[in-house]
Amino acid sequence: MKCKDFQMLDPILEKYKESSTNLISILQEAQGLYGYLPLELLDYIAQKTNIKASKIHGVATFYTQFRLHPIGKYLIMLCQGTACHVNSSKLIEEAVCDELGIIEGQTTEDGLFTLNNVACLGCCSLSPVMMINDTTYGQLTPEEAKKIIREIKKKESKEV
Amino acid sequence: MKIVVGYGSCGLAAGAKDVYEELEDQIHKKNLDIDLQIAGCIGMCHLEPIIDVYDKDDITTYVKVSPQMIDEILLSALNHKKAKNYIISEEDLNILHEQKRIALRNCGIINPESIEEYTSIGGYEAIKKCILDKDPDKVIEEIKLSGLRGRGGAGFPTWFKWNAAKNSLGSPKYIVCNADEGDPGAFMDRSVLEGDPHTLIEGMIIGGFSMGANEGIVYVRAEYPLAIKRLKKAILQAREKGVLGKNLFGSDFDFDMRIKAGAGAFVCGEETALIASLEGERGMPRLKPPFPAEKGYLQYPTNINNVETFANVAWILQNGGKSFASMGTQKSKGTKVFALTGKIKKGGLVEVPMGVPLRKIIFDIGGGIKDDKKLKAVQMGGPSGGCIPLSLIDTSVDYESITATGAIMGSGGMVVMDETTCMVDMARFFLDFTCKESCGKCIHCRIGTKRMLEVLNRICDGKGKNGDIELLEDLAVQIKEGALCGLGQTAPNPVLTTLKYFREEYEKHIYEKTCPAHTCSALIHYHIKEDLCRKCGICIRSCPVDAISKKDGTVLIDQQKCIKCGKCHTVCPFHAVDRK
Repeated sequence: MKCKDFQMLDPILEKYKESSTNLISILQEAQGLYGYLPLELLDYIAQKTNIKASKIHGVATFYTQFRLHPIGKYLIMLCQGTACHVNSSKLIEEAVCDELGIIEGQTTEDGLFTLNNVACLGCCSLSPVMMINDTTYGQLTPEEAKKIIREIKKKESKEV
Repeated sequence: MKIVVGYGSCGLAAGAKDVYEELEDQIHKKNLDIDLQIAGCIGMCHLEPIIDVYDKDDITTYVKVSPQMIDEILLSALNHKKAKNYIISEEDLNILHEQKRIALRNCGIINPESIEEYTSIGGYEAIKKCILDKDPDKVIEEIKLSGLRGRGGAGFPTWFKWNAAKNSLGSPKYIVCNADEGDPGAFMDRSVLEGDPHTLIEGMIIGGFSMGANEGIVYVRAEYPLAIKRLKKAILQAREKGVLGKNLFGSDFDFDMRIKAGAGAFVCGEETALIASLEGERGMPRLKPPFPAEKGYLQYPTNINNVETFANVAWILQNGGKSFASMGTQKSKGTKVFALTGKIKKGGLVEVPMGVPLRKIIFDIGGGIKDDKKLKAVQMGGPSGGCIPLSLIDTSVDYESITATGAIMGSGGMVVMDETTCMVDMARFFLDFTCKESCGKCIHCRIGTKRMLEVLNRICDGKGKNGDIELLEDLAVQIKEGALCGLGQTAPNPVLTTLKYFREEYEKHIYEKTCPAHTCSALIHYHIKEDLCRKCGICIRSCPVDAISKKDGTVLIDQQKCIKCGKCHTVCPFHAVDRK
């Protein structure tokens, strides 16, 4: 990514320039724009806002929402909350890993899927649960989880 | 005629969107005179998707609705009849009637995206009255009379915090809503935000008025996109209506609010960490005092309450503190929302007066244990709480009685566990959580939880040593005493309560190398039961490491090769794979 590409961020920086309390909002919108937060982008924000690069890096690595690496087109968030744990979310994770050939935290080679474990999605009564992009899937079984992923794969191969 | 579709996160996950679109489609195609609306979550998550058909004063609730049923439901509705096959059962309906809903009074009933629906049932009347009375002390007095305590976990009296913020000298003052519902297993705040955002707004304006704060900030978890969307919409509507903004109800009182989305850190539920996060810093707790009421957000007086606490406020002002205090126990007044999850038949949100026995919530309202297994424990308070064993199932659910068991009320998550849940594994699960979520500022929490997790890991892996239990106990005491904030101070609770009530389970893991619940994979073995095996070979094909083979007509598992993944146990249609 070239430095000039970062200029897309300027209106956001302008909007939040009033106060340094807006750093998290800036990072959230930047990630929304670029999909992730490359280090050069953090440096760019530091230059423009006069916030120290070390502080920006500190904030970006503190919160789980921020990622410094690109993710796949589909972000699978596997809930690992208490209710999901009690209802065997481990088996769902194994099934998804099995289907995608990756482990937690990785992205598939074709760049389609990234698998992340998350603390709790707040749909505990439907546990075990996973969220793919903005859609929540509840009461999963290992087979069901595999089927959902296969359907996305099928849809994608058609679009290509 | 009106049809309302339950359109909260849980309803949507169960398929409410398809149901809504089918209804919309049919109403449009057949040109029907039906008002199609959405509502938040009514709390009966196990029955979603749910729709309510309003035919004048008659309401019919249909549950587990799929698009295929819509034809029949619409046809019956138009003929003023009921599609009997899909109606909610008498039993489930009674569960709803057994509750006392205050914080959730509008959830699942009104359209959360319409301010008119909220005002039509008396919404924003409470704040109007407060402002016209011009007496902030009276508001605090009413809250004091109600006995309302913080619903986020610690149970601190709400009036006391409000009063402290009011008497604090700095200016401006801020009122903050903690909607960073990070406790895994609790989702009542999400339900209020998604189902009745105006109640939260009204509660915050009342709080702001009582203490002289003119700005409200709602700190919401980023994991709740729908909640953020609905709250945003509600704030805009409130501004348009003049309920937020300058000179509210013709007075000189100004109040406006904004949303700040969290970025995923459990520790930000701690109020000083939340303030740090609001300021754009790493969410690390600060030493108290000074308390937020004196020096909070940007060093100004700040008051922080939880969503459920605010959701009670307008009701209290409208109905009087006395009627709120008439419910509950001597020290825990009013009602509390609980999130029933885990191995329970009827999971969802329930709101009951404080002081009801735990048994009533689990068995009468929750319908008992899934698959009629035996209850083992109820986990309350999430990673800061503990497990209440079956022997204490008649405990009264109020702040004091729950604390006496070693657990805490917390935000009201109740995760039900049956005989197949390993308590050591449960303790490990929570320590793994707190260890990951520790902000790293103080050594006791950062390293202490890590050391405890290592011990628990080795016990679950069958490598537990003599003295491990004592080591856990020692570490627990040190961390509780030495940690800086609530996260660290309470992190050992899940270990301490399981050690208190399930010590023999730890001992079995360490000394006998067995896991009584058959959960810890290092301590279990798979065998083929010859009398049940039909030699179909499905287990042989499913085994990822080729550990199963057929020799002389018998199927055998090679224990050396077996990685204990349990696939054979899951796939066997004849239950011939035994786990010991």
